[in-house]
Amino acid sequence: MRREALISTSLLVLGALYLTGRVFFSEHGMGKAYVRAVEVKSLETDPEISWTKYENATQRSYHDAVVKDPDQAVYQFSLSRTLGTWVAALFTLFILSFLYKDNPLYKIAESVVVGVSAAYWMVVAFWTTIVPNLLGKLSPDWIKSWAMPGLNTEAEFIYLVPLTMGVMLLWRLAPKGSWISRWPLAFIIGTTAGIRLIGFLHADFLGQIRNTIIPLVVSSPETGFSFWDSVKNIIIIIGVLSAIVYFFFSIEHKGFVGKTAKLGIWFLMITFGAAFGYTVMGRIALLAIRVEFLLNDWLWLIDPSHARVLM
Amino acid sequence: MYEFLKDLDKRWIFLLMFLSVTIPIYIIAKTGKSFPEVPTVLSEAVFQAVEDLDEGDPVLLSFDFDPASEGELGPMATAFVRHCAEKKVKMYFMALWPVGPQMIDDAIARVIHSDFPHLVYGMDYVNMGFKPGNEGVIKVIVTDMRELYTTDDIGTSIDDIPMMKDIENVQDFDLVINVSAGYAGTKEWVQYASTPYPDKIKIVAGCTGVQAPLLYPYIPNQLPGLLGAIKGAAEYEKLVVDKYGGDDPDPKYLEAKRRMGPQLVAHLLIILLIILANYIYFVERRRGVSV
Repeated sequence: MRREALISTSLLVLGALYLTGRVFFSEHGMGKAYVRAVEVKSLETDPEISWTKYENATQRSYHDAVVKDPDQAVYQFSLSRTLGTWVAALFTLFILSFLYKDNPLYKIAESVVVGVSAAYWMVVAFWTTIVPNLLGKLSPDWIKSWAMPGLNTEAEFIYLVPLTMGVMLLWRLAPKGSWISRWPLAFIIGTTAGIRLIGFLHADFLGQIRNTIIPLVVSSPETGFSFWDSVKNIIIIIGVLSAIVYFFFSIEHKGFVGKTAKLGIWFLMITFGAAFGYTVMGRIALLAIRVEFLLNDWLWLIDPSHARVLM
Repeated sequence: MYEFLKDLDKRWIFLLMFLSVTIPIYIIAKTGKSFPEVPTVLSEAVFQAVEDLDEGDPVLLSFDFDPASEGELGPMATAFVRHCAEKKVKMYFMALWPVGPQMIDDAIARVIHSDFPHLVYGMDYVNMGFKPGNEGVIKVIVTDMRELYTTDDIGTSIDDIPMMKDIENVQDFDLVINVSAGYAGTKEWVQYASTPYPDKIKIVAGCTGVQAPLLYPYIPNQLPGLLGAIKGAAEYEKLVVDKYGGDDPDPKYLEAKRRMGPQLVAHLLIILLIILANYIYFVERRRGVSV
């Protein structure tokens, strides 16, 4: 056996032994999830509809409830969510293992994520788009009878147009006449471009010009001259103008124009640096939450929220 | 030193980064101590926007994020819901992301069900759920809410929800709070809600670090307040906890503050690595090695 394989196998065996010991031989175990049963009532009275929903609960609240009343059924141990915690923890480790090198465990986790995401999107699209926005508009009574009891709208046959366009869009899967799908596609591209153009024109183009028309010297009768606000405004205006000059290629970047463009590059670089800094912060936050999940929710090594007893 | 650093396996850097995040998390969780936060003007603007609301004012909370960004945005969402509950405003939840409703349920369970159980669904808060269509949804509901929202998230007719009676469209809300992880999110809310209706729709937002630099140009005219990444969340948490937390605040309202510890250590490591990388670069340039 190669040295590298020996080390990784030893680490896996040690990890498995540690987990086994912690699950079966420690006083409190680890990675267990609890739920609280909450009764949900629809606000409609005719017919009255209610059902039970299970929300995440802490081990502490479960423990307190059992101490108070051993027969209570509001707080319960949840096997499905416990399995979920374990799967999430193991998949987190599988994905992180890619940092060492590509391996089959990483591939399994990656494939499962892709597959589950695709299935999830399909189901969500059916229940949030096809059912309420298409079938619910065309045949509200039918949808009300089995899917949306609160639906109180009249049939709108204008929705036959999106239904027809949807069928046309799917026509590209047919062996003949795939060109038919180009018509609804053209409609989608046209309307999306139109909506987005207006948004950008109004909020970004015109809005940003308006935001740049600001006084260089800031003063008001109440507070008088404000030095730092004036400096801030001057920097904004110099930054905007010099960055625009950098992207203005009709004049050769020489002399004054060249120096202004160079200043524009500095402003751009500082902007990119700030953006990179924020990105780093975001990525570290993502790593921190995964580590916190492993140590807190799975291994029960820490308890920052005081969510458990017997720690 | 140079020879050691030049051929350093990148996996050592990954390990260092992992430790720089893990050790502070462990220490902070064990000791219960975290680093102090000084709120910036933008966080104070967000806090003040909620503070200016009166009891019973309608507030729209759009949770446009998913579990991938929960680490950054979850604490913000918790703090927003808690602040709104303390102010006794009416909360209307919605989502432009498919898993947004789960984030809403999570925040409701964590804050309202556990600490404000007297709040009544349909009277004090309502979850209107997810609607597909991204900016199209915003474009429609700024003028007509019922065109898209015929029921709430659990299928109750909008007409049977008491707190929906006075709501025609987004312009009827006194404040829109958006927690955003990307498209569709704060940018679209600014483009299609606050910019066309500057006198009627006021938006404050919390966003991921990646988004924050793209949203700064909208401040302050189109976006009066912004919480940028986990730092913004920690500052806002401090403001909310200082005012409403009491002497012994619940640790679940200090999540972002706790997560600033690993941020500090990891950032110091990155700065050190940048300095070392530049050292290698300049040494190689002096030696004439092509880089």
